[in-house]
Amino acid sequence: MKASVRLLLAASVGAGLAAPAMAADPIKIGVIAEASSISGAAIPNAAKLAADEINAAGGVNGRMIEIVEYDDHNSAADAVRAFQRASSQDHVSAVIASYVSEVVLALEPWSGRLKLPMVTPGAASDVISHRIHDDYAANKYTFHGYMASTFLSDSVCDGMKAIAPNLGWKKAVVVSEDAAWTIPLDEEYLKCLPKIGIDVIDHIRMSPDTTDFTPIFNKIEGEKPDVMVTGISHIGVQPTVQWHDQQVPIPMIGISSQATSSTFYKDTNGAAEGVIYQTISAPDVGVTPKTLPFVKAYEKRFNITPAYCGYTTYDEVYYIADAIKRAGSTDPDKMVDALEKTSFVGTIGKVEFYGKDSQFTHAIKVSPEYIGGMLVQWQGGKQVTIWPNDIANAKIKFPAFVKTGGN
Amino acid sequence: MKFLQILVDGFAISSLYGVGAIGFTLIFGVSGVLNLSHGSIMVAAAIGAWAMAGDLGFGAVGGAAGGVAVGVALALITYTLVVRPIQTSSRIAREEKEIFVLTGTLLWGIMVQEALAYLFTSNPKTVRPLIAGVVDIFGVRTPTQEILTALISWAAIGLLWLLVNRTKAGKVLLAASINPRGLTLLGFELPTIYFWVWALYGLLAGVAGVLLGSFLGVSSDNVGQLTASAFSIVVLGGLGSVTGSLIGAYVVGYLETITAYSGAPSIRTVPVLLLLVLVVYIRPQGLMGRR
Repeated sequence: MKASVRLLLAASVGAGLAAPAMAADPIKIGVIAEASSISGAAIPNAAKLAADEINAAGGVNGRMIEIVEYDDHNSAADAVRAFQRASSQDHVSAVIASYVSEVVLALEPWSGRLKLPMVTPGAASDVISHRIHDDYAANKYTFHGYMASTFLSDSVCDGMKAIAPNLGWKKAVVVSEDAAWTIPLDEEYLKCLPKIGIDVIDHIRMSPDTTDFTPIFNKIEGEKPDVMVTGISHIGVQPTVQWHDQQVPIPMIGISSQATSSTFYKDTNGAAEGVIYQTISAPDVGVTPKTLPFVKAYEKRFNITPAYCGYTTYDEVYYIADAIKRAGSTDPDKMVDALEKTSFVGTIGKVEFYGKDSQFTHAIKVSPEYIGGMLVQWQGGKQVTIWPNDIANAKIKFPAFVKTGGN
Repeated sequence: MKFLQILVDGFAISSLYGVGAIGFTLIFGVSGVLNLSHGSIMVAAAIGAWAMAGDLGFGAVGGAAGGVAVGVALALITYTLVVRPIQTSSRIAREEKEIFVLTGTLLWGIMVQEALAYLFTSNPKTVRPLIAGVVDIFGVRTPTQEILTALISWAAIGLLWLLVNRTKAGKVLLAASINPRGLTLLGFELPTIYFWVWALYGLLAGVAGVLLGSFLGVSSDNVGQLTASAFSIVVLGGLGSVTGSLIGAYVVGYLETITAYSGAPSIRTVPVLLLLVLVVYIRPQGLMGRR
């Protein structure tokens, strides 16, 4: 726990815990994430950046936003403890939690029990919002601030539909890590790829503990697909480096969360070159007028570009603050009502949530009008956008060892 | 085709395991210490090499050398800060020292692991390869770095063999493992010998770590796995036996590779663990164990 928080706790004990909240009391937002991973670290970083900006502009009705950080070490048990602490000891008004579906799914019931609004900036599993749909009264305090897995696959398919004909892609192998978020992801891949004219000739799920991917690449190469469609987040550096070092001639496209951070190129010694990943925001594309200034401020302060959940977290702090302003209080039920009415243009597009009737209750709306996907490729050490065409700023280019039919 | 692939890949990974494990067994043979911070020393060396080759601008060779230096330094710190104080303490009963050293090195390993995760994140790092590109071996597309990995591993093993069997210092090492008391009667200082053994160990662990980092990549999350695999190899081969460890490394390396190619990569380590259970039942001293 941070010293400032401890001081604040000591101060609040000194002042008597039962003291009524005064107008100048800060609004606390808890941030639970794995501090030692690239994606996890982006969450508290972006939250602090947003809070500082809001505070510099006068806060929320004169109250400052205070971010309280908790490291969950990528453990659901640690995250639940942090969540309980955030509620009972630190009295936060909302929590922004994790990019790991397993962790968020463990927190979701607690968000309901403790009536503490929670938004996840990076977990993807469809189950998060399905649960809210199935038992709204119990789970309505949870909001899914990132694309659900099914939408992620659809977005990859949409992009591939546009680029596959030129590259001669007809046969694909789906390769994903074995995790909660990839179950709906793979299911949708297997449905949407055939629809765009790409046969799925094999479906491989890799253990997240895998360190040697040679046998997997070897098997895939033997099946002679035109492309590998990926779903990886916990793993990323090692398969990418081994793909490059072994010169596996098959291109990789899909979800590759670690590739969204600028440190990925350095961590892979440049092996990332040619990797294509889906994302909702890229460091070089002004999705909205807020995107590039955010990236610039983030880079200036933390010396790397934000990972994908940095963008979403930054927006979340803003729309949580906005909801509190509109609700006129931090009462959880009023906040949920206000959050449901969110219509906020952030760094990733226009954020609105699906309602009770949707299977994806409280998940962010996905469509070009709201949040749309894009495909980004690592080229010459830079992340460049290759799809959709209206925002693309580069053409697809693979390293020499990758074979594509169309070229 | 698959057979050749297994042959080539298995050889590289086994050689790498060998270098890591003989250092581990050497320490045990000479000073009776099971160093459970082994994995974290390997990972620290790899991350050191990654940082020096990248951010600090030492280049691939400079980075690799720097990484090995990190391994040696950390091994010596482990010895002087953790192992030596326990060995010399008069407040710990003699028969409890082994368990104290085990616990001490285990905790120290966790501290190093956490520090690495804090400073460099737990995301895997890959050490820049000394040579890029691929070579065709009987139709198997093999990264040049993989061949280099096997060559350097064998060079390290060969040099160790020469040191132990052909030099005076090596004879002292052997003597220390067979009869330390006799050695002290001849006027040798055991702490000095131990210090050098730990330096030698650090060198081997550092080389293994840097090679692993460039071959497959490492993260601070791999620490436990690396310690466990060195431990399995050494128990399989016979605690303290360098030859046994080498044989153990090849058995483990090939068994893992065969499993990954013919079974599934996700159960890679399972047959090895089963074999280990079997060996402990039938031949508890290991394949080449003396006791």
